[in-house]
Amino acid sequence: MIEWFTGLQLGIAVAGGVLCVILGLRGRIPTDLTMGVTALVELLLIVQLAVALAAPLAGNRATGSLLEFYVYLISALLLPPAAGFWALVERNRWSTVILGVVCLSVAVMIFRMQQIWTVQGM
Amino acid sequence: MTELQIDKPARTTRVTGVGRLLIVVYGVLALAATGRSFVQIATKFDQAELAYTLSALAAMVYILATVALIGSGGSWYRLAWVTIGFEMLGVLVIGTLSLVDPALFPHDTVWSVYGRGYLFIPLVLPVLGMWWLTRHHPVMRTIPEVPGG
Repeated sequence: MIEWFTGLQLGIAVAGGVLCVILGLRGRIPTDLTMGVTALVELLLIVQLAVALAAPLAGNRATGSLLEFYVYLISALLLPPAAGFWALVERNRWSTVILGVVCLSVAVMIFRMQQIWTVQGM
Repeated sequence: MTELQIDKPARTTRVTGVGRLLIVVYGVLALAATGRSFVQIATKFDQAELAYTLSALAAMVYILATVALIGSGGSWYRLAWVTIGFEMLGVLVIGTLSLVDPALFPHDTVWSVYGRGYLFIPLVLPVLGMWWLTRHHPVMRTIPEVPGG
């Protein structure tokens, strides 16, 4: 993992998640903004997957369990599309809250992935 | 055709409004618990068979609970109660045991220390789930629905 990229990704996921939860609780249906934020979180996860696949070739290896790392990464990759699909099917405020909750869940997973990659023996 | 016929008379699903949020959180927890349990069993099952078997059991119950919340009708409703009740019991019993006698559970389960490893979501979620179920008993649906309920 690349530290600054992971930090950026974490920041966007948290900020986007909080934004969606607040907008959702205030009664907004999913908009281009909230859907866009979720899509951005997904896009960054795909980049993270590419980074994770390429980094060991450059000598940047995971110190923890690689299997656990990829289980988190693949789980995280599934969430934004699922929430986005749901938001398209049923357009109400709770779909916006769900987008936010999913972004925050992704943030937690990225944090765990960072721990697994960098902290020896976790 | 048949789907339309079932859907039209009344929305018998619990998948509306804030209930959907509950289902999503259950789904995420089920996914996380399943993933973690898979890793534990695949890589280090012999280190803590009890803890990791419990993790797998918990993960399966979370999946069942998610499905039961989505499903409509009396039997899904009962299954939702059983699975959510099981989780409540699990997090309270294992959580307490892990505090009273940490040696019993040297390796983390989803329920250790009341779900601390999962931001205490395993402790809060069954309470919200049970509250939601009492408010959405299948019998209540024969009464005209309250708007926004």
